[in-house]
Amino acid sequence: MSETPAGRTRTIRTDYLARVEGEGAMYVEIEGDHVRDVKLRIYEPPRFFEALLRGRAFTEAPDITSRICGICPIAYQMSAVRAMEDACGVAIDSGPIRELRRLIYCGEWIESHSLHVYLLHAPDFLGYPGFVEMARDHPQIAEQGLQMKKAGNLVMTLVGGREIHPVNVRVGGFYRAPRRRELGSLTEPLERARETALATVSWAAQLPFPDVTREPELVALKDPAGYPIDLGRIVSDHGLDITAADFETHVVEEHVEHSNALHARIRERGSYLTGPLARYNLAFEHLGPLAQDAARSAGLGAICRNPFQSIIVRAVELVQVCDEALAIIARYEAPDEPAVEVSPRRACGHGVTEAPRGMLYHRYEIDEDGTILAATIVPPTSQNQLVIEEDLRAFVQDHVDLSDEQLRLRCEQAIRNHDPCISCATHFLDLTVQRN
Amino acid sequence: MAKSAKPTLAVWKFSSCDGCQLSLLDLEDELLALTDRIEIAQFLEASSAIVEGPYDVSLVEGSITTPHDAERIREVRARSRALITIGACATAGGIQALRNFADVEEFTRLVYASPDYISTLATSTPISAHVQVDFELNGCPINNQQLLEVINAYLNARRPRVRSHSVCMECKRRGTVCVMVAHGTPCLGPVTHAGCGAICPAYNRGCYGCYGPKESPNPGSLSEWTGLEDRDLVRIYRTFYASAESFREASEAHET
Repeated sequence: MSETPAGRTRTIRTDYLARVEGEGAMYVEIEGDHVRDVKLRIYEPPRFFEALLRGRAFTEAPDITSRICGICPIAYQMSAVRAMEDACGVAIDSGPIRELRRLIYCGEWIESHSLHVYLLHAPDFLGYPGFVEMARDHPQIAEQGLQMKKAGNLVMTLVGGREIHPVNVRVGGFYRAPRRRELGSLTEPLERARETALATVSWAAQLPFPDVTREPELVALKDPAGYPIDLGRIVSDHGLDITAADFETHVVEEHVEHSNALHARIRERGSYLTGPLARYNLAFEHLGPLAQDAARSAGLGAICRNPFQSIIVRAVELVQVCDEALAIIARYEAPDEPAVEVSPRRACGHGVTEAPRGMLYHRYEIDEDGTILAATIVPPTSQNQLVIEEDLRAFVQDHVDLSDEQLRLRCEQAIRNHDPCISCATHFLDLTVQRN
Repeated sequence: MAKSAKPTLAVWKFSSCDGCQLSLLDLEDELLALTDRIEIAQFLEASSAIVEGPYDVSLVEGSITTPHDAERIREVRARSRALITIGACATAGGIQALRNFADVEEFTRLVYASPDYISTLATSTPISAHVQVDFELNGCPINNQQLLEVINAYLNARRPRVRSHSVCMECKRRGTVCVMVAHGTPCLGPVTHAGCGAICPAYNRGCYGCYGPKESPNPGSLSEWTGLEDRDLVRIYRTFYASAESFREASEAHET
């Protein structure tokens, strides 16, 4: 199976990638010892959100765009409200409304990262087809993953009304601000989640990792006051340092035949990576002492270039957001009004925030009465798709001697390293490896 | 894989956001107990293991928007003893059914630089427009306790206990002051299917209809009560259940 005489083609394909959100496939074509083609194909049907937003009220964008993705609805709501507030000349960069926004975003990170680390990615490392099969042999690991996930959902439900497509987020703030006493009910489950997150870092650190080093350009938000989540300039390790308004000056989206997702690249240099690895490498010093210590004790330095170790980085981020959620709750004082008034004007607004799997960009043009004239949304998986294909190509090139089945499993794992969200990307997964 | 004596459950995805499938994984306290009783035979979001059908219960998320999916749903139906739609997309076409009111070719040109690469239908249609459906669970997203009830009911060969009255009843039960009467906030609660637990009014906002029309709604009367302009009435009926018959008619009645 691994014998591939020069000149013969072999293909490795997965037609329906499992344990990713949405529908995608992968295709790898190998000729002799040379990787000829790698495609990550997104066949999730297009849903045309940017088109159907035209003519809607500016206040409707958070509820409508949250339906792009059931896994990270808060990310959509937060990028949408920031873009609309930017258009209307309002900035909510501090105070209790911003604190509540950061709190509900922490809840989404806890839920989404717990889902990915335990339910989607861990089975790759432990050799199971899925979480349920893994849970039969490792019930304690499964249970701790579910309980941490639940803590994230509790935050989303209390602040947002429900865990999927929360109802409480609006342009200007919230419909109702929780009272200080209500948030107190989250303290105990979040303290347990923080303990679980610390245990998750130690557990993830001892998993077997292939020796891989990848060096894509890393792009993340830079929040002068903290770890990048809900606001900041867009920076990279190659000198990019721009505001959200300049995103489309530097990032171009291309439509390729094999995918229903647009591929984003930096105009001047090409592919780039956003998400946990980018954030960790660019903002390590902004992690709290607890998360930094957990990373160091797991053997991670301030720089991590092995995408297979993204599972440890997600666990470190879990420590960070559990800790931060607890700090927000401890100092929370309810705002006098749950929202500030935002009056529409004819303008263009931009918003970028950090979804659990990477940067999410929204841009809207609105009319003087608030009617949306145009919308552009660039989700994290569109931005990461080229790097995922490059990771696959490099991994296969270095491991052509593996059997087709081993190669297929490792390629799927390499894709999951970046937690692609295909539902978002359509505007993604199925693996095919062809060996020539 | 060895044939299991446990009943089998399959989860299928069509055009959607994955949120309703996620609500199954969001049953953190019940998930492992559930998988003791049933065999999850096909659930790509959670596992690459696939058990061949036929399946006792199929849960279908998402709407039909491509020629390929119109074929695929027939295969799912043929392999399923009971087929249950979960969520607004599968039950009524979802937010992407807004294309049914527009020119989809123009939509494709607007979003994609090379429209020729895109295969799509002019409409987004519910599963029931293509195959027989045994039960429809509403919501954008569905309520996972209701999902648990529906799965339980089908595994025990009884009808699910899912009420079809309005959100108003849930507000009364919850003790929430009516946002429309007390504050004049426009609210779709009187015409909207129960199931969410009346969350929005409890958060000081009007219901926005994400569980679809209740049984025998009277949106014409409600529209007058809200005092909204025609344009806003078209918008509020035309969101997550835009293509459900009574909401579609209500939006068309105010189109100018």
